Amino acid sequence: MTARAATAPPPPPGARPRHPQLNAEGKLTHLLTLEGLPAEAIEGILDAAEPFVSIGEREVKKVPLLRGKTIFNLFFESSTRTRTTFEIAAKRLSADVVNLNIGVSSTSKGETLLDTIDNLCAMNADVFVVRHGQSGAPHLIARHLVATGRHHVHVINAGDGRHAHPSQGLLDLYTIRHYKRDFRALSVVIVGDVLHSRVARSLIHGLTTLGAPDVRVVGPATLLPPFVESLGVRPFHDMRAGLDGCDVVVMLRLQSERMRGALLPSSGEYFKHYGLTAEKLARAKPDAIVMHPGPMNRGVEIDSPVADGERSVILPQVTFGIAVRMAVMSTIAGN
Amino acid sequence: MSASADAALPDAEALLAALAERMAGAVARDAAFVGIYSGGAWLAERLAEMLPGEHPLGFVDVAYYRDDFKRKGLKANTKRTELPFDVEGASIVLVDDVLYTGRSVRAAINELFDFGRPDRVELAVLVDRGGRELPIEATYAGARLAVARDLSIVLARGEGGTLSLGVEPA
Amino acid sequence: MDLAIIDGRLIDPATGLDRRGGLFVRDGRIAAVGEAPAGFAPAATLDARGLVVAPGFVDLSARLREPGLEYKATLESELRAAVAGGVTSLACPPDTDPPLDEPGLVQMLRHRARLLNQAHVYPVGALTQRLAGEALTEMGELADAGCVAFSNADHPLADTQVLLRALQYAQTFGHRVWLRPQDAHLARGGVAHEGVVATRLGLPTVPAIAETVALSTIFALARETGSRVHVARLSSAGGVAMLRAAKAEGLRVTADVGVHHLHLCDVDIGWFDPQARFVPPLRGTRDREALRAALADGTIDAVCSDHAPVDDDAKLLPFAEAEPGATGLELLLPLTLQWARDAGLPLLAALDRITRRPADLLGVDAGTLRVGGPADVCVFDPDEPWRVLPPELSSQGKNSPFAGLEVVGRARWTIVGGHVVHAARR
Repeated sequence: MTARAATAPPPPPGARPRHPQLNAEGKLTHLLTLEGLPAEAIEGILDAAEPFVSIGEREVKKVPLLRGKTIFNLFFESSTRTRTTFEIAAKRLSADVVNLNIGVSSTSKGETLLDTIDNLCAMNADVFVVRHGQSGAPHLIARHLVATGRHHVHVINAGDGRHAHPSQGLLDLYTIRHYKRDFRALSVVIVGDVLHSRVARSLIHGLTTLGAPDVRVVGPATLLPPFVESLGVRPFHDMRAGLDGCDVVVMLRLQSERMRGALLPSSGEYFKHYGLTAEKLARAKPDAIVMHPGPMNRGVEIDSPVADGERSVILPQVTFGIAVRMAVMSTIAGN
Repeated sequence: MSASADAALPDAEALLAALAERMAGAVARDAAFVGIYSGGAWLAERLAEMLPGEHPLGFVDVAYYRDDFKRKGLKANTKRTELPFDVEGASIVLVDDVLYTGRSVRAAINELFDFGRPDRVELAVLVDRGGRELPIEATYAGARLAVARDLSIVLARGEGGTLSLGVEPA
Repeated sequence: MDLAIIDGRLIDPATGLDRRGGLFVRDGRIAAVGEAPAGFAPAATLDARGLVVAPGFVDLSARLREPGLEYKATLESELRAAVAGGVTSLACPPDTDPPLDEPGLVQMLRHRARLLNQAHVYPVGALTQRLAGEALTEMGELADAGCVAFSNADHPLADTQVLLRALQYAQTFGHRVWLRPQDAHLARGGVAHEGVVATRLGLPTVPAIAETVALSTIFALARETGSRVHVARLSSAGGVAMLRAAKAEGLRVTADVGVHHLHLCDVDIGWFDPQARFVPPLRGTRDREALRAALADGTIDAVCSDHAPVDDDAKLLPFAEAEPGATGLELLLPLTLQWARDAGLPLLAALDRITRRPADLLGVDAGTLRVGGPADVCVFDPDEPWRVLPPELSSQGKNSPFAGLEVVGRARWTIVGGHVVHAARR
């Protein structure tokens, strides 16, 4: 703001912290986005996730780490998959989980998002897992919690608009690290509707932070955001060229409402150009892995033999996803 | 007696030998040894070699069962708990380096029970420094030492696996 | 009542006046500029030493939220904010509830404003009924009721044929038409400038071409019809270039810019700060610099507050759902002065953009210190620093991206029709 330059006033009362996810001690207290997080913070969560993977294999599939904590799954947009993985993660940590599916209807009843938060805080919520259709909604909640002095209440972004889906980004990173070990020599290709994809944005920020030297995005001009290069990626329109010699292929889900209208003529034509087939996958390295955040549209973005093939790590992603979400919850709830 | 310098601490290898001697004959020949990370894990490995019989080995990291999560948060570098034997009906010797407040042992016992119902759980420690805050006692101890409250006793493993004791400010 | 304002620095951009002296008011009109008329015995004297005595400011766009949106603001609160900011004449856009598309509504608004006896209120009538972009309003009746111009506020006409006819009809009777240049289709669903920030934050965009495409239509229609058109709230460098070319070509077009757009850009959205949500959206730094330069060289004629008081409930929402706009009446002066200081322009030039030029665009007798003209005056301290503290603002809208920051320049006394309607607490 240029008006700031006239005189340099002291920071205003209630000055913002240096990053909205960090508390006064600089520790991660919310997980809102991977953008701007130090590599150590991301790696810390990936490391913390590792021992959690085995808890799912125990006789008693839970540990008492978050016993007595109350976690609200606050889903303003329905998503059975993501909500379930957060619910399982919370239950494996012995937290009490309350699922709230808040459709558009309740906001039209007049209660605002922050009214809902205040009410749930009065029920002694410890963690909010928030899925919202609008970019930035979890930031709004986190800011509100700070403004109202509730520093012990935490927010996890479970997907906001087109902006971020950091826990998905972390589980993608975990999966890549599991199979490929070192990010600093990897070519990662993200294919599909990057424009509307919070999954892509979070993964891109994570990969560039952890030092992946070559991140590419592939899609038609209607589905790649303008200035996408500013995120540190190389755009391709030709999928075969985009896959050339890569180590990791991440296929994005194509929402059905994008398949007709002015973005794309049809799902059939999309599959022809951007569907992952064995023939196209042959352009990647022989040991390249194939990922998908789910749920898949078989025959739209991915061919069944590839989705079920030996290079697909789509099911391990789901397993790792629970451990990563346990790591996220226990890290922020402890800070 | 109060140990305020390394010189005053007994030799860890000698304590381990004394501990093994106390356990020999008393511990079941098929008892599983479960070390609490990290010092207890080294000791469990050594004891399994030194004592007669077949002793399945296991390791626990009690990070998820601690009672200080609220104050300290999630511990960094948490290890995976590995109990590659059937805990149900097993005879188990928990192994730790230093027994102090008893809180780690409480956490470890709780963790064991999430894997099954053992027949018996015993506790072997290299050093019992007193100061208990819970009704927990060692079945076998290498030595009993009194140490100032503001100091911690730490077990270290050097080149070649030699164990040694040191003190650090708590 | 006779009033003397003595020993001030008199600045009147309309006449190029910039000298030390007094301003003398009798019967609500300016009786003399410079020296007191013979035998002038004022009932009150304001000591303006160290202060600037200027025409009261003229704001081309200030939402007063009446009728219908009184929970956001009222005439009382917003006219108090106007005079606290030195604004003595303002145009209010028709986006009220219901919109200003009926003469009765306009008459009521003018009547209420006159009773309050604060700043002069000049309603801008709706160009189309319900602002729906389909049927024209009764512009003649609305003009008789007091509308000084016609616009569709922030609801650009999607139907080019309606736009053409609106221009033709308005021109027939000499009505002024103000248009917000924004292509309704390209802007659909957008809330942020299409650029690096929106790509990072995943915000739906209103690309700059939404403005330039609309401008090319507006200018083509102006060329075709010979209409006089005012372009409201220009926002992009591309738009500035087109405006400059249109003026060079001789089209009868004028334009204004919102004062916040001179200082902020999309980066100020930070992490989804709803106080940085504007219509048109804050654009890139190049755009901001182009707007600043165009206001300096006269391509853009005037700057306005685009005052939009918004209640907390409507702001404390996710960015895209938050109501756009900022409270601005009390920030128009300091933010305009800041722009002029940055641009190296004298006070005379700064005040020109908020007095004479907007008064010309409105076609009202205001914005000058002419002897015999209405005594609408602002006496201000151009160097007084103050912190923008929302609770201390007179406006009912406490929404400002400048909240907590320090600005320079503040009205000391505001005089409307010879009456002191605002005196700053000292």
